[in-house]
Amino acid sequence: MPKGIAVIDMERCKGCGLCIAACPFGVLGFSEQYNSSGYNVACMVQPEKCTGCTICAQICPDVAIEVYRKETAKGAA
Amino acid sequence: MPMVETRIPEGYTKVFTRPEALSDAQYTYCPGCHHGVITRLVAEALDELGIRGRTVGIAPVGCAVFLYRFFNCDFVQAAHGRACAVATGLKRANPDLVVFSYQGDGDLGAIGTAETVHAANRGENITVIFINNQIYGMTGGEMAPTTLPGQRTVTSPGGRDTRLMGYPLKVSEMLAQLDGPCYITRQSVHDARHVGLTRKAIVQAFRNQLEGKGFSLVEVLAACPTNFKMSPEQGNTWVVEKAMKAFPLGDLKGA
Ligand SMILES: Cc1ncc(C[n+]2csc(CCOP(=O)(O)OP(=O)(O)O)c2C)c(N)n1
Ligand code: SF4
Repeated sequence: MPKGIAVIDMERCKGCGLCIAACPFGVLGFSEQYNSSGYNVACMVQPEKCTGCTICAQICPDVAIEVYRKETAKGAA
Repeated sequence: MPMVETRIPEGYTKVFTRPEALSDAQYTYCPGCHHGVITRLVAEALDELGIRGRTVGIAPVGCAVFLYRFFNCDFVQAAHGRACAVATGLKRANPDLVVFSYQGDGDLGAIGTAETVHAANRGENITVIFINNQIYGMTGGEMAPTTLPGQRTVTSPGGRDTRLMGYPLKVSEMLAQLDGPCYITRQSVHDARHVGLTRKAIVQAFRNQLEGKGFSLVEVLAACPTNFKMSPEQGNTWVVEKAMKAFPLGDLKGA
């Protein structure tokens, strides 16, 4: 199980690619899907590398990303 | 492919979500526009300080004209450039309200220069968020007072010629000379670290108002990829390599 999960809201994503460029671990990329506005949306292409650092969500101009982090024995990491 | 419907397995905590002060409405900003990040940071500040219920925002004329749809708080949409004057009236008549304006450089630093300067000089107890993208975004990319020397726009197609068109107007530097304002700062949102610093500055600017300290302005450098005719990533590079040279980041007055 990865340390983090970035959930991209497909309808909010405008395919700007800023999250893809910002992710330090190469987790994100363009999917093969287009949303109802015709934007090529981003997705997790290497989900196993996600650390839940939230950098993608911080940089997303459309507030389209929610991030989850795995709870550790000590509580939420 | 993990999308909206992604099922989150057990044992995970949500660590980043949309702020409550934002509505469910989609932004009308273009792909990669920094307005979106800055709008979210203002909403996060309202959440953090727990002031959404008594906050009134003043929306500008420009690409942020629909702010009242994006926020879950009260809003007034001011005539072009007049946001600081509207904010003054609201705050003076209702001192318990938290009042902020959110304005572009065309709105705040061209048609609204007088309102901005005098509200700052009077030390009005309001919070101003100033988005400096060096262009008129909404109307199709005309030259703004903040346009950089040599920058091509639809009204300076050969690049801004300073002999004919003057120099980038340093609004924050000007306002920092006045006795009225308590906090003037310039920030940027081109990477996650700077997004964090901008968030902190915006929270501070609201805190100053809650403590009755007077006029606070947070200028945020932004890219308008659509009118710069650039990719969003190139827009970030533009901010770092061009905009920051003319408009250095940092606190210009107070902190
Ligand atoms: C009185 C008046 N004059 C001119 C306009 C046209 N107008 C609309 S938006 C705008 C400038 C917007 O630029 P800026 O404030 O930099 O915001 P941005 O769109 O870049 O976010 C202008 C001149 C107007 N709506 N009202
Ligand atoms: S025109 Fe420019 S400033 Fe306006 S929403 Fe588009 S990218 Fe943003």
